[in-house]
Amino acid sequence: MLVTLFLAPRHRRQFAALVSALCLVGAGIAAIVLFTKDDTGRGIVADAIRRDRLAELAQILVAGAGLLGVAVAYREREDVERVGELHALLLAAVAGMSFFVAANNLMTLFLGLEWFSICLYILTAIAVERLTSLEAGLKYLIVGSFGSAVLLFGSAFVYGASGSLYFSEIGAKAGGSDRLFLVAGLAMILVGLAFKVSAAPFHMWTPDVYQGAPTPVTAFMAAATKVAALVLTLRLLVTAFPADHELWQITLAVIACISLAWGNLAALVQSDVKRLLAFSSVSHAGFLLMPIAAGNALGGRALLYYLIPYSAMSLGAFAVVAARERELGRPVGFAELAGFGWERPLYGGAMALFMFGFIGLPPAGLFLGKFYAFAAVIDRGWTWLAIVGAVATVVSITYYLGVVRAMYLTPSRVAVAPAGGSPPRDVFLAAAVAFSVLVTVGSLIAAGPLLDIAREAVASLPFTS
Amino acid sequence: MLTTLLIVIPIGGTLALWLDPWRNTRRACWFAVLLAVAEVGLWIGGVAAFDFGSPGLQLHQRTVWFADLDVSYAVGLYDWSLWLVGLTVIVTAAAVAYGFRANRQRPGVYLSLLLLLEGATVGVFTAQDLLLFYVFFEAMMIPLYVLIGGWGGPGRLGATLKFVLYTLAGSLLMLIAIIAFGLEQGTFDLAKLGSSSSTWIFLGFLAAFAVKAPLFPFHGWLPDAYREAPPEVTAVLSGVISKTAAYGLLRIVIPHFPDPVSDWRVTVLALASIGLVYGSLLAFRAPDIRGVIAYSSLAQMCLIVIGLFAVNDSGLDGALLQMVNHGFVSASLFLLAGTVEARAGTGQLKLLGGMARGRPVLASLLLTTGVIALAVPGSTAFAGEFLVLNGIFARGWGWAVVGAVAIVLAAMYVLRLISAVLHRDVGSAVHGHARDLRLVEVGILAPLVAALLFLSAWPASITDHAFGGKPAATVSAQFKE
Repeated sequence: MLVTLFLAPRHRRQFAALVSALCLVGAGIAAIVLFTKDDTGRGIVADAIRRDRLAELAQILVAGAGLLGVAVAYREREDVERVGELHALLLAAVAGMSFFVAANNLMTLFLGLEWFSICLYILTAIAVERLTSLEAGLKYLIVGSFGSAVLLFGSAFVYGASGSLYFSEIGAKAGGSDRLFLVAGLAMILVGLAFKVSAAPFHMWTPDVYQGAPTPVTAFMAAATKVAALVLTLRLLVTAFPADHELWQITLAVIACISLAWGNLAALVQSDVKRLLAFSSVSHAGFLLMPIAAGNALGGRALLYYLIPYSAMSLGAFAVVAARERELGRPVGFAELAGFGWERPLYGGAMALFMFGFIGLPPAGLFLGKFYAFAAVIDRGWTWLAIVGAVATVVSITYYLGVVRAMYLTPSRVAVAPAGGSPPRDVFLAAAVAFSVLVTVGSLIAAGPLLDIAREAVASLPFTS
Repeated sequence: MLTTLLIVIPIGGTLALWLDPWRNTRRACWFAVLLAVAEVGLWIGGVAAFDFGSPGLQLHQRTVWFADLDVSYAVGLYDWSLWLVGLTVIVTAAAVAYGFRANRQRPGVYLSLLLLLEGATVGVFTAQDLLLFYVFFEAMMIPLYVLIGGWGGPGRLGATLKFVLYTLAGSLLMLIAIIAFGLEQGTFDLAKLGSSSSTWIFLGFLAAFAVKAPLFPFHGWLPDAYREAPPEVTAVLSGVISKTAAYGLLRIVIPHFPDPVSDWRVTVLALASIGLVYGSLLAFRAPDIRGVIAYSSLAQMCLIVIGLFAVNDSGLDGALLQMVNHGFVSASLFLLAGTVEARAGTGQLKLLGGMARGRPVLASLLLTTGVIALAVPGSTAFAGEFLVLNGIFARGWGWAVVGAVAIVLAAMYVLRLISAVLHRDVGSAVHGHARDLRLVEVGILAPLVAALLFLSAWPASITDHAFGGKPAATVSAQFKE
């Protein structure tokens, strides 16, 4: 439905942004309508993709992330060159993710994955005049393709073992004679998805790509890719591999622990804010894998609820970085943030809220997300995993508060206005940040309705417990 | 509704101050002071509306937050938590007024953060749902971090980091305990939760409260935070925030974990006794005013914990009374320390001295508060400590002996503080032109000291109006329906 936008004209920034925003709003509304109207999921296109509430909720989130991404990207480039491509690719990525989260067999899974991944590879490298952007794009392409290849290989194994591409049939036929291939295939698919989720130890591309990509692209990518990949992971594992649930649950728990440890420890020594947020994203991949590892309905709800404030906060945080980057015209480290909080009350306050929120302090909704994730694993009987999460949170305090300290508690050392005066006020960027704040806080207050939505979304999944 | 208002007014005021066009001006400060005073008025209204005859939950309100885990927005007041809310609103009002008078940088933001802290603290004292309690408990952290980190002394950055790391490490363990407890019982509603005999859950709660109180040996954050924060923030921190830990012990740990409490009583009492003596000795050796008060706070909190873990009528009554007493005492002392530091430019005891000469008001207030702090017979602190010791005596005379020794030590460090600041030769940092307390400062401190004098005259105003007159029975039975 969004393919038409490949034809979007490239000569006007306003036009491109307007068209893509309208399309995203339309897609979002369509997904919301489907969500409210449709209480039983169904397969379409020969059952290759499923139209159910899980997919629709994820599509709403991805479309929302895309919309905010458009707002953040609006003033990213001074020249109008490649503006059209940026928006078209963004839309294509959203479309690919919407397809991906609805995938119901291994073929559509791979197609969707490649669809949005290729868009993201190009988006990462779209600032062709910057060497770091090109390097990041290339790195993402190579590492990402490797991940996709592993996933494809794994899919082949699973098909060979079960004789079916469809998730539900794989689940039904499990326990046959080819268990070795089935398990090997499952493991390789998990590796492929872990690349996309940027869970350690498959996160190597994350810091470089997040740092090198244009910041609006990073903002969109960080939020939307996580939503898409995690929702699909949940759907795939619960539907296709119920018989092996012990196996993938413990694997995911281990991956979660590694991500928490690696992400948090590496973030401690970063001085570039985008890189720091990249490692924070690795550590949150760990938190987000915890509810999937729990493998129960509570975990499904936890994951979907967690993703709402998390997407908003991660997008908002990168948007604030983008604002500061444009103001100073150089990458943002701790030194560049000094005094920022007092100079720009909205951006500073929002960033502080996001940082406190990433730690898991109220009033950010992520607090409840963590609460639910911990509750899911404790309900599963894995209190130790929750304790690992708590320890990781304590470690993370240091660097998240480092950002707040840089913004508010350190006197300004850099000249605010670059030569030629401040950049023009960016209403759309400010609106995107304000909206992120709204979602962040609102998701805590409106937790009841949101959790109901999350419950309806995972209702169609056949959880074993 | 009234309880919700008590929470919402300061938080709403904070937002108003942030969004306001006249932020950082005097009018914004007046607005903050007005809100803080209105909050006191509202609390007095609450006392008037309160029925002290019945021990149950009053002025309560309950709305479902999310149903699948039975979590709700439930707030309400007991006849004893009412006094802790009173302590909060009065001390915060004094702190806000003091902060206004001290003319901090960016006063609007500064005072709004104090109000935010007040809202969160009142929330802690009134929340009747475990998760809501935790939300408010954690929400206190953000304003405290910014207040200390943004307006504190030279060592503030290290102090805040240490403070946050200690506190969050404790409270995350509590979060896990809360989840485990709530899932085990199928609800997070404090009124519906039964008792549990799980030692691990008990220890999770204890970890958070032991850090927040603090209890020996979890007090590593205390000296730095109390020294580096602005005096009015320290006043709130030691006067009010530390009481949230004692409140948590009284509201959650003791009623819901009867078996672990009696199993771990000796351990907790031993730690508290060590902390009591250790804190008193350090207070006696501390080189500066704030150090003396900070370590004495550690000792006093340990004494309160001793009273709580006696879990009998006398001990609980005494602990509650002592919570209120110590709240007012340490808030007044820290604010007085602030006025002394503002005049002398230092809090080092060896540079101070002789400040009584020509400054009768300062001397009288410091002497009055100090004498109450050292629990001279007839003072409210004497009543509180007597009840605590009487309560703990029933659990073993040895604990009471330690407590009594500590009271002697309290007399030593308070008298040392008074003589080092007020008497002796005039210190090198004390100049003749450093004036006596101004009228505004007296106006800020007088209510706190007056509250102490009132309680000294009539300590039963609290002990007879708490726990429905039967502390031990109420605490162990009241929360189970």
